[in-house]
Amino acid sequence: MKKTALLSALIIAAWFSVQLSLDAHEPNELRWGGDAEGGAPYVFPDPKNPRQIVGYEVDLMNEIGRLLNRRAVFVQNQWDGLIPGLQRGNYDVAINGIEITDDRKQQVNFTIPYYATGEQLSVRVEENTINSLADLKGKTAGTLKYSLAQRILEREGGIRIRTYDGQINAYEDLANGRLDAVLMDWPIAIYYSKPNPRLKFAGPVIEQMKYGICVRRDNIELLKQIDRALLSLIKSGELRRIYEKWGLWNDETERVFAQITADSQKQGEALADYTQAVTRKLTWRERLKQYASYLPILLFQGAPMTLLISILGMTVAVAFGLALALMNLYGPRLVSWLAKAYVELFRGTPLLIQLYLIFYGLPNIGIKLSPLVAAVVGLGLNYAAYEAENYRAGIQSIPRGQMEAALSLGMTRGQSLRHVIVPQAMRLVIPPVTNDFISLFKDSSIVSVITMVELTKVYGQLASTYYDYIGVGILTAAIYFLMGLPFVRLARWAEARMATDKRVAVTAKRRWFGVGAKPVGG
Amino acid sequence: MNTLISVDNLQKNYGDATALRGISFNVEVSELTVIIGPSGCGKSTLLRCLNGLELFDSGRVMIGDITLELNNGATQRDLNTQLRHLREEVGMVFQSFNLFPHLTALENATLAPVVVKKVDRKTAEARARELLAKVGLGDRLDYYPSQLSGGQQQRAAIARALAMSPKVMLYDEPTSALDPGLVGEVLSIMRRLDDEGMTQVVVTHEMHFARDVADKVLVLADGELIESGSPDVIFTSPRDERTRTFLQRYL
Ligand SMILES: Nc1ncnc2c1ncn2[C@@H]1O[C@H](COP(=O)(O)OP(=O)(O)O)[C@@H](O)[C@H]1O
Ligand SMILES: [Mg+2]
Repeated sequence: MKKTALLSALIIAAWFSVQLSLDAHEPNELRWGGDAEGGAPYVFPDPKNPRQIVGYEVDLMNEIGRLLNRRAVFVQNQWDGLIPGLQRGNYDVAINGIEITDDRKQQVNFTIPYYATGEQLSVRVEENTINSLADLKGKTAGTLKYSLAQRILEREGGIRIRTYDGQINAYEDLANGRLDAVLMDWPIAIYYSKPNPRLKFAGPVIEQMKYGICVRRDNIELLKQIDRALLSLIKSGELRRIYEKWGLWNDETERVFAQITADSQKQGEALADYTQAVTRKLTWRERLKQYASYLPILLFQGAPMTLLISILGMTVAVAFGLALALMNLYGPRLVSWLAKAYVELFRGTPLLIQLYLIFYGLPNIGIKLSPLVAAVVGLGLNYAAYEAENYRAGIQSIPRGQMEAALSLGMTRGQSLRHVIVPQAMRLVIPPVTNDFISLFKDSSIVSVITMVELTKVYGQLASTYYDYIGVGILTAAIYFLMGLPFVRLARWAEARMATDKRVAVTAKRRWFGVGAKPVGG
Repeated sequence: MNTLISVDNLQKNYGDATALRGISFNVEVSELTVIIGPSGCGKSTLLRCLNGLELFDSGRVMIGDITLELNNGATQRDLNTQLRHLREEVGMVFQSFNLFPHLTALENATLAPVVVKKVDRKTAEARARELLAKVGLGDRLDYYPSQLSGGQQQRAAIARALAMSPKVMLYDEPTSALDPGLVGEVLSIMRRLDDEGMTQVVVTHEMHFARDVADKVLVLADGELIESGSPDVIFTSPRDERTRTFLQRYL
């Protein structure tokens, strides 16, 4: 009793000390979070010296640091996790082309805007029919996930939307014809679309958006300091020089800066207060209501696609896996070797990389698969390697006498396999194959990276819109769990049946232990 | 007399070990030939050479109008076709039955005629029913092998082989895996087939059966055919010392 109490006290103490040491940053550091993977011109690795992070926001933070007498230190964080990272205290502020929106204002305070811009539509050079959002009806448009552009496209309606993690893939898909247009923040378009000779801008900048620096809501002092620093950088023209250096100075920013300068005369200190907009904490009842409203979105947008991908993927895996196993065991030497190499290759490399290669790599050699086909093919090819091994073990555990009996009745090798060996092996592998299906079902969440909108992707969209990763996360996990349950049951049932079914009991015992005789050779 | 099987100077090696050292004998139509000999002398190997489950290294096997001879320039493809034709004419019954466990007794006896001979299913089933009834399994048609006793399984296996209407039946110790009480039911089927004029070659340790039913007995030792003749001669006055030692253990 005493011992346990002591032990828990120790653990708690250790935990606190770790927490403290994590929080104990040097007070004269200004830690700012951004995502260097987001690319130019915001925050990105210097192409000439990739260990160095550059970008107009790096310049901006260095200037603010200088004015605050604090050393600006960059902290890498995934873009869609920037605000959660800020809440957790991983850094003091977050900045990375984060648009000032009412949704986000509920979570954090924004400084005064440091940049204003809009969304730019890009199309292929030879495209002449698309000049505005209205021309996109019935077409396919790409953008970054969770971005303002995505919401604009959704609001417009009638547009097939594909969302991407990075602009390069989106513009690449536009260039190779998978997309009809791409809508992105203007600075991104300037850096990634404009230099591409196969692409051009269509129409003027759409909507206005303002970027602000995010500060934790309990850190009013820092917010005021940064606002003052920004104001002085705007008034001195220093900020404009930074934008001109990066080729990003534009009319929108000019107007916003003029407004800020004018307001500052009148309002002074009151500036910081407007950002301290009061937000109500949701009650439990309201929260539950909100979750209930997510359910149909998860269930009807996400879940059916997840199920469809899983079932189609497994069908490919089972059929191709059986072919691989037969090639391996009974094919001529070269074919057998190829089948073995395939299995090793696909089991030995990450599914994620395979999906990227299939979706983004294959178009380079002229094979353009739709996201659904790419997802099914990717999962199917990967799992085929595992199914091939299941079948191989199953076939090898069929006693040698079975093949001999079939041959001695005058059957060909193929007939013997088809009517005698494979049907028995099929029964043996039902439990492992069902288990694999359950894994595939969960692994299917990974295809959200190739713009497939399935359950996990819908989760990401909901969670990032409402900054609620936990609640929506639990809800999504529960849906996966409940959908997987029938298959878990099926696996158990098959396994139990395998153990009691006398028809196959004898051979079933032998499987997995490699006792099975080698298949008849020659 | 009419020769159905003619084996000429058959030799079979497993790597460096020689399993059969130049065996020659004939089997006449309607004869029941019994092969005896100590364990490991090559009986199974000899039988398996007769239906091409093992390929031999030299010599010749003729069954009906099919001649198996290696190194006669035949391609692998020709050889496979030849082997299949051979196996259609030769029924094989194994010590461990080797019934197909995922099929019922009826399906076991129907599969090969349908798949190999393209007999239509109805006809094949009628014939299978008839054969299963003949071996005493008329009331076990829909049983799976695991639901049958050892003796019943072996009788079903015999029906399965008969369903292909072979010219000759080979048996490799068909009763060795059976409880002593169940041996008789299998032996009596071979006896009945003999009465009906079926040509049969039986490897067995059932010496009483050999003495009562066999037309000819072959004695193997160390891969050689050391003696052959009518059961009267072999069992009463064997010439070879090894035959005598062997028989003493079984009689
Ligand atoms: N597949 C094989 N590989 C190597 N040696 C074998 C093989 N099958 C049989 N033998 C050897 O050949 C000889 C004859 O075996 P077998 O025909 O099974 O004898 P029997 O049936 O008379 O007991 C034995 O020495 C046995 O070890
Ligand atoms: Mg043997």
